[in-house]
Amino acid sequence: MGYKTIIEDDIDILVAGAGLGGTGAAFEARYWGKDKKIVIAEKANIDRSGAVAQGLYAINCYMGTRFGENNPEDHVRYARIDLMGMVREDLAFDMARHVDSTVHNFEDWGLPIMRNSKTGAYLREGRWQIMIHGESYKPIVAEAAKKSADKVFNRVCVTHLLMDDSKENRVAGAVGFNVRTGNYHVFKAKTVICGAGGASNIFKPRSVGEGAGRVWYAPWSSGSAYGLMIEAGAKMTQMENRIVLARFKDGYGPVGAYFLHLKTYTQNAYGEEYESKWFPELQERVGKEYLDPEASHTTHRPIPTCLRNHAIISEVNAGRGPIHMVTMEAFQDPHLEEIGWHNFLGMTVGQAVLWAATDVDPKYENPELTTSEPYVMGSHATGCGAWCSGPEDVSPPEYYWGYNRMTTIEGLFGAGDAVGGTPHAFSSGSFTEGRLAAKAACKYIDDGKAEGIRVSSEQIERRRKEIYKPLETYTVNRNEIVAGSVNPNYINPRQGLDRLQKLMDEYCGGFGVNYMTNDKLLHIGLKKMKALEEDLDKVAASDIHELLRAWELKHRFLTSESVFQHTLFRKETRWPGYYYRGDAMKLDDQNWHVLTVSRRDPKSGEYTMEKAPLYHLVGDIEDKDLAKLKAEGHH
Amino acid sequence: MHIDKTLRRAYNIEPNMCWECYSCVKACPHQAIDVRGYADFAPLGHSVRVLRDEEKGTIAWRIKFRNGKKDMELLAPITTKPWGTGYPDLAQASAPSKEMRDGELLFNEPKYVRMDDGGLHTLESNGLEIKEGVYY
Ligand SMILES: Cc1cc2nc3c(=O)[nH]c(=O)nc-3n(C[C@H](O)[C@H](O)[C@H](O)COP(=O)(O)OP(=O)(O)OC[C@H]3O[C@@H](n4cnc5c(N)ncnc54)[C@H](O)[C@@H]3O)c2cc1C
Ligand code: SF4
Ligand code: SF4
Repeated sequence: MGYKTIIEDDIDILVAGAGLGGTGAAFEARYWGKDKKIVIAEKANIDRSGAVAQGLYAINCYMGTRFGENNPEDHVRYARIDLMGMVREDLAFDMARHVDSTVHNFEDWGLPIMRNSKTGAYLREGRWQIMIHGESYKPIVAEAAKKSADKVFNRVCVTHLLMDDSKENRVAGAVGFNVRTGNYHVFKAKTVICGAGGASNIFKPRSVGEGAGRVWYAPWSSGSAYGLMIEAGAKMTQMENRIVLARFKDGYGPVGAYFLHLKTYTQNAYGEEYESKWFPELQERVGKEYLDPEASHTTHRPIPTCLRNHAIISEVNAGRGPIHMVTMEAFQDPHLEEIGWHNFLGMTVGQAVLWAATDVDPKYENPELTTSEPYVMGSHATGCGAWCSGPEDVSPPEYYWGYNRMTTIEGLFGAGDAVGGTPHAFSSGSFTEGRLAAKAACKYIDDGKAEGIRVSSEQIERRRKEIYKPLETYTVNRNEIVAGSVNPNYINPRQGLDRLQKLMDEYCGGFGVNYMTNDKLLHIGLKKMKALEEDLDKVAASDIHELLRAWELKHRFLTSESVFQHTLFRKETRWPGYYYRGDAMKLDDQNWHVLTVSRRDPKSGEYTMEKAPLYHLVGDIEDKDLAKLKAEGHH
Repeated sequence: MHIDKTLRRAYNIEPNMCWECYSCVKACPHQAIDVRGYADFAPLGHSVRVLRDEEKGTIAWRIKFRNGKKDMELLAPITTKPWGTGYPDLAQASAPSKEMRDGELLFNEPKYVRMDDGGLHTLESNGLEIKEGVYY
């Protein structure tokens, strides 16, 4: 095969995947590392890559300390209750105390942020969200990264991390291939900041056929952040904590602005409020600490997202679906109607396409909502990802090993979806995490921690062979194809993806089984995963495009296996509405008020699981709410 | 998107991996790319078109319903500055002190956190303590 090998040497900071986290890392690295060599390797083109490709209509994480709105600890409390207690509060606090400075930089760069004409503060969508005209959000932040980086390699799919051959468990760069030319790219680097994003398409989606790409999270989010780090032996946390989204049916249009700004609400098919009736039974299962509708009514405490999903799922199962979003009232106001449409055009165009195609005018018809297939990511209302060190001045010893956002592999850092235990970071928080990781990576280099790294030509050659193997498998076996894509000796990436999605759906709690699983199903699923792993060794690619799909599939596989292992380990139902363990339907704080941590041994592929302690830094109820409750005579 | 050299047309090589994100539509300088909703659930006969203009700093949309009853035009800003301006030159920015390197501040901080002279939040400044176990 005539592909060239292109070696980029002497890199100080390699950003692998430049979405919101990676662009933040590349930008900030230049400030702390004036003379350092900063390189970006990105699968697509950083101007439009990642989850923010279409733009966003809101920045979902902004404290507003400047306007006297919130403190970082308020956000920690919010993220914690939303995630049923399971948050790395040191990381969450750290992100929240810096996030406003990120947003103020964005405004300098030209991002249009809406203002409240009365107060002059940013226009709030909800307590944490501010509204923007964000169609060009990604190109605007990408520009900042481009100005900082020495080189940007667009269209390079990173397949593996390189490891130091002179010191165990230390990173030494990454390798991948150009998805257009097919060339082999070797990046030798002192540090790597992994920002390759979360995982869509690992559970079978509701969408079928031509429309299979119309999923909530971008179809190009291939779990590469997880695949790369797991393969290298990094410890992961909370990988069982997949997320299910309640969204407009088929189009997956966002509901945040509808609920918070347009004040629309939901009802069942018969026009009834349904949510509250599912709460008493649910409260018995999860405990009053986690579900207390009365407290949520009178204070700032939200009802966790998963529990609201649970009400939708239960109501539909009871035969009173579909659930509708009541838009007909709000949309009578032409201003609100316009916002409703802009909201889609700025971040989920497909929903506007769908309503235009199906003649659903939300002014005269209440659109349907449904719960999605599960996704694995770490920056939305969920916290899957790598087990990372926190900041020196906040983290307890169990959470601290030297450099902020460094994984358990030396010199390997994470940002955004890659970092575990930090839900509700969203776009602004992911960019902030990239900045924090970049500063720490510069310090790591300046402290001399990256001295003496050696990458053998054996390692480079071994990875090269491995990367192109699917092309070879195809060439060697293609003569046995009778017609179409059926071959006795290999599977193609689409066939592999279909099998993975079916397995995840049926055995690991997808929408097809109402998000239900148990220990028996998980064991059977894991057995089938082993066979799939063997078949992935024989995956075939007929061209470079299929080679990309083959490697995405391998990353998705590693992510999925980790989800299986974690789901099996946590023997309780912590997040009803995200998934259920049929053999342990209750939340169990006695045994499981802990974070789950895993490691896959890179040599044997065996998993080890452990529990890590949970540290908290704030009380349950905000001071101002507490004062109010006391005044009303509750305490 | 690939180009069919015989027909001289660009086409989507893998529609079932398309997010309908319109990035290609916005990027084409000749407005040559059109999108119709997925056949699996979107009936024919609708249209959503877009024109993004970096010079003007705007994006214009037109949405036409299948039944012809709704035909909307919407316009939004995409930036507040001439494209590509407004960025600091970090290589030239004054070098951070050792104290800053060893501390918790990022570029432009603490100023940019609150846009006043206040400092960065810490556990100490906010009267917090990090403790193990369920106590809240
Ligand atoms: C549907 C949706 C709606 C959202 N809405 C909002 C919102 O309204 N407001 C808000 O603030 N946040 C929102 N978010 C959250 C926000 O988009 C994410 O938190 C943020 O983008 C995460 O940043 P990231 O860098 O981890 O991932 P991404 O931004 O997705 O970036 C990952 C990058 O890695 C690249 N990559 C992947 N694999 C490889 C590989 N193998 N090699 C090289 N590069 C690779 C990708 O191309 C991409 O550029 C939303 C997210 C989703 C999915
Ligand atoms: S709409 Fe988006 S996902 Fe679809 S082909 Fe164009 S750029 Fe790709
Ligand atoms: S005119 Fe548009 S669609 Fe055609 S090749 Fe150029 S960018 Fe692509």
